[in-house]
Amino acid sequence: MRNHRTHHLVWLLYLAPALIMYSLFMAYPLLDSLRLSFFTGNNPATRVYVGFGNFEKLFTDPQISQRYWSAFFNTWVFFLIHLVVQNGLGILFAVMLTFDTMKARHVYQTIIFIPTTFAVLITGYLWKLMLNPVWSGDFFVSIGLPFLRHPWLGDTKTALIAVSLVSCWQWLGIPTMMFVAALRNISVELLEAALLEGAGNCKTFFLIKLPLIKPVVGIIAVLTFVNNFNAFDIVFAMTNVNGAPEYATDLIGTLFYRYGIAGQHPIGIPDAGLGSAIAVITLLLLLCVVIPTLKKTQKGGA
Amino acid sequence: MQASLKRANKHIVSHIVLVTWSLIVLFPLWTLVINSFKTRLTIYDNPFWIPKTWNFSNYQTVIRDGDFLTYFKNSFIVVSASLLLVTFFASLAAYALARYKNRFAQACYFFFIAGMMVPIKIASIKLLELIRALGLLNTIWALPPIYVAMGLPVGIFILTAFIKDLPEELYEAALIDGSSSWNIYRQIVLPLVRPALASTAIYNLIPFWNDLWFPLIFINEEKEKTLLLGVTRLFGQYQTDWSRVLAVLTLSAIPVLLLYLAMSSQFIKGVTSGSVKG
Repeated sequence: MRNHRTHHLVWLLYLAPALIMYSLFMAYPLLDSLRLSFFTGNNPATRVYVGFGNFEKLFTDPQISQRYWSAFFNTWVFFLIHLVVQNGLGILFAVMLTFDTMKARHVYQTIIFIPTTFAVLITGYLWKLMLNPVWSGDFFVSIGLPFLRHPWLGDTKTALIAVSLVSCWQWLGIPTMMFVAALRNISVELLEAALLEGAGNCKTFFLIKLPLIKPVVGIIAVLTFVNNFNAFDIVFAMTNVNGAPEYATDLIGTLFYRYGIAGQHPIGIPDAGLGSAIAVITLLLLLCVVIPTLKKTQKGGA
Repeated sequence: MQASLKRANKHIVSHIVLVTWSLIVLFPLWTLVINSFKTRLTIYDNPFWIPKTWNFSNYQTVIRDGDFLTYFKNSFIVVSASLLLVTFFASLAAYALARYKNRFAQACYFFFIAGMMVPIKIASIKLLELIRALGLLNTIWALPPIYVAMGLPVGIFILTAFIKDLPEELYEAALIDGSSSWNIYRQIVLPLVRPALASTAIYNLIPFWNDLWFPLIFINEEKEKTLLLGVTRLFGQYQTDWSRVLAVLTLSAIPVLLLYLAMSSQFIKGVTSGSVKG
């Protein structure tokens, strides 16, 4: 019996370092953000309880609510572009890369994944230069593509789309490789049987491959959602933390940074309560989307 | 014969698509590198072609500036320390979770795994307070605790699955020999899970090295800045001279890029191992 108890303690010792670090620097700050969203003031000692005051301010203050809904809407556009373009191309490339007689697939895979190893900041600065019409405009005209000469990042109509597409360019490698790994797990016999039955590439894909990789599709959709709902770096690099021009590229991530951490220009005093309220709503939204998606796609899967 | 010919033709379409995308990927990189060898003014003629005269002074200036090397060193220290701790702590916990099967272990496992789906950035306001209270604000040591917490869920996910797959006989033989659980971990488990340790480290390398958010909110002190935070400063400082900015960007991108090119298959395996087994 005694031996059994020491046995428990030994295993707890192995778990301790991870449990302590994870609880202290992830679980606790996350849960405490819930509490902070009901308080106002930046100093822990003089903090005042305000109930739902921060949420009220977020949704009723004319200026703040306008900013919030604009960032909220932009974030959805940003996410949907990723969902369609990034994951659509990802699955297309993955199918091409897993044809059994495809040549040079390692070369393609290596290249597709390169941008993913770059910092978003570097990608952002680089594309900011390339999309600058003063710099590249004459070149586009000279090769007969004058429509490319456009202030993509300065025009409120195109800025968000341009930023989203650059971000897709960067992250495409991840869904592609996940789909490749998933498609490789499909048994060869099954695909041969389909071939014998006379199913073409399209039919094989929609009737056999896609249903079999459903769990991975679900995970990728969830990852895309989670990552894009806290995207920040790409806007910071390509436009700025104000989501220029005219807040056209303002995302929840940049809004959270301005209100909760850096302080809104020109006053520059952060509002921890309001920031926490934004964080809490984002967290709830993530949970509302992530849990049902995983439940729906992971049944009997992974 | 005809059927296989038809299939080969279909691959031609695939090759065209993939070559096009490869060009879309490589073209910006080409632009980045060749323009970093121009000057403030020559960067405006023939933006996408090689310079008439190669100019190396951008690189000399950036490296001589001194700050760049400090930033690089800071990033290197932060990332190595974080990776070491993450792989060590995650392997200890995964060993316990794989070997010790009861409700508590099960609950711990789910507690850790939940962290894979929650972005830690959301907790930044509280983290800022916590780091300030610990006296770590404005030092590079503000970063490793957070990176470790951020990397543990995936590490535990990868390593627990791997350790569970080890054959039971290994432990039985060791237990008969009278080995303690620590010796089993050190002499048997650790050497066998090396591929999973590598996957954990690689999976976390990119988000740690490329993180801008936490340095941005924690560090204001010039000497303590990480590489990317330093790049934002140099960007502001050199903004009127894009050729120099591009030299900074090239130098910052090269370390991970070289590492990736040297071991691309491990990289890809590491990054996808967070969600797909195999």
